[in-house]
Amino acid sequence: MSADERSEGATVRDVTLAEICAVACAEAWRGSGEVLASPIGTIPTIGARLAAITFEPALVYGDGDASQLGAPLPIGARADAEKVVEAWLPFGNIFDIVWSGRRHVMMGATQIDRFGNQNIACIGPWAKPKAQLLGVRGAPGNTVNHPTSYWVPVHNLRAFVEQVDCASGVGYDRAKAAGPTAQQYHHVHHVVSNKGVFDFETPDHSMRIRSLHPGVTVEEVQELTGFALVVPDDIPTSRLPTDDEVRLIREVLDPDNARAVEVPDQ
Amino acid sequence: MADGMTDKQMTDKRMTEEDVVAELRDGMTIGIAGWGSRRKPMSIVRAILRSALSDLTVVAYGGPEVGMLCATGQAKKVVYGFVSLDSIALEPHFRAARQNATIEAMELDEGMLQWGLRAAAMRVDFLPCRAGLGSAVRDNNPGLKLVASPYSDDEYLAMPALKLDVALLHANRADARGNAQYLGPDWYFDDLFAMAADRTFVSCERIVEPGGFLAEGPESSIRISRIFTDGVVEAPYGAHFTHCVPDYQRDEQIQKEYADSAKSPEAWADFRAKYIDIPEADYRRVIGAAQ
Repeated sequence: MSADERSEGATVRDVTLAEICAVACAEAWRGSGEVLASPIGTIPTIGARLAAITFEPALVYGDGDASQLGAPLPIGARADAEKVVEAWLPFGNIFDIVWSGRRHVMMGATQIDRFGNQNIACIGPWAKPKAQLLGVRGAPGNTVNHPTSYWVPVHNLRAFVEQVDCASGVGYDRAKAAGPTAQQYHHVHHVVSNKGVFDFETPDHSMRIRSLHPGVTVEEVQELTGFALVVPDDIPTSRLPTDDEVRLIREVLDPDNARAVEVPDQ
Repeated sequence: MADGMTDKQMTDKRMTEEDVVAELRDGMTIGIAGWGSRRKPMSIVRAILRSALSDLTVVAYGGPEVGMLCATGQAKKVVYGFVSLDSIALEPHFRAARQNATIEAMELDEGMLQWGLRAAAMRVDFLPCRAGLGSAVRDNNPGLKLVASPYSDDEYLAMPALKLDVALLHANRADARGNAQYLGPDWYFDDLFAMAADRTFVSCERIVEPGGFLAEGPESSIRISRIFTDGVVEAPYGAHFTHCVPDYQRDEQIQKEYADSAKSPEAWADFRAKYIDIPEADYRRVIGAAQ
């Protein structure tokens, strides 16, 4: 695709917020190279597969079960759908890949804080939580072994907090306090929400606005965030999907519009 | 093979769920293989739920078996990386136990749990890993220690061996001697659970005749050698309502009934009466699977 074609992409009116979010998720894997993309959630899954079939062709992705795919399956494909299997990826192999560092995961976050600590384990004190959630799952190991990004479909004060109740995923302050072995491969990359994209490319690694989705203001996103975001002088608008990306999302990757369940149409 | 021995005299490890329970003791540490709501040894778990066993420590990539053992109060402690029903993300009975602090918890990273089982399987005290460093896992498990590398300035988390008294597995096929075969896409960490345990009991959908495995799947699917197993239970629908692909998918409707049973003691009593406090043959009838 030529640069001209890209610039003639869809307009804000044509695309949904879910599609803008999917492209923002895809962008998290730009430059990842030949690593395993492990997206958790519908929109990150669309994003990872979109990246792999467009601008990041070496990216490796699976079916969410034990198959590494050579061609994308649509979201919600039946268990017996025909698939192009490239390799076998049972959980034991995935854990090996985690240890090797050749992976970039995009996890969810019930809570995330200023320095990128993430919580999926519990709300309230761990010893007797007000709400037990999943447990820490793979977050402690993911975050100290390879790049980790996060997807938060509803940006609000409950999700973006001053301090998480239980640091499942390790943020920059805790990695530093834990020492060089914890920091060696630690990299919290992007946080994508329904309002914008955030990163930690600041001197003290506190969360910064990387881009805002069309129509979102700094004031709005700051009001929905429980800590002061770093606000650069120049904040780009999150890019819109190209015509080709819109077609791929709608016709190939998510024909049943499962993405609208995660981020409803405005 | 000794001359003159019959196959049965050699090693016939067949037994029933009740025989397995008779081998268990109060206070034991029991590893339950499978993953979330996938291929859990539910018929053996149901037999435990019907028993008076108590004070159990359960080690698992947890699914409904953890919630059930919490609901009956038989689990004193749970060691887990997560507890989830997959299609229902949060396990309601487990949540209740955590929120009421009726169980002790050792919450680990999924890879740390694997490493703990691996250390036990290797008969070493610990294995070093990066996972856990910097996370709340260290705050919540003050017993976890660090270890300095003798080769560099690195300092790793020393994941202690998770030694199991007993491991419980559900395979697709097994033979009477205790070799077990996995026909689905993932055996999860069933092999590690077996190797980390003093004794391992395997239930299976069907026991095959000697030499019968290769008609079912390739040699590489016969993952567990009888070296690591002590008993075999033929348990059709033994993983139900969790899935046991390719034999059957998860029964989402019964799983939902199970999840809803956390809403009140009466609802749990009803679920128990309908699905747990009955013989396995009746269970198969209730779920509509009996011939």
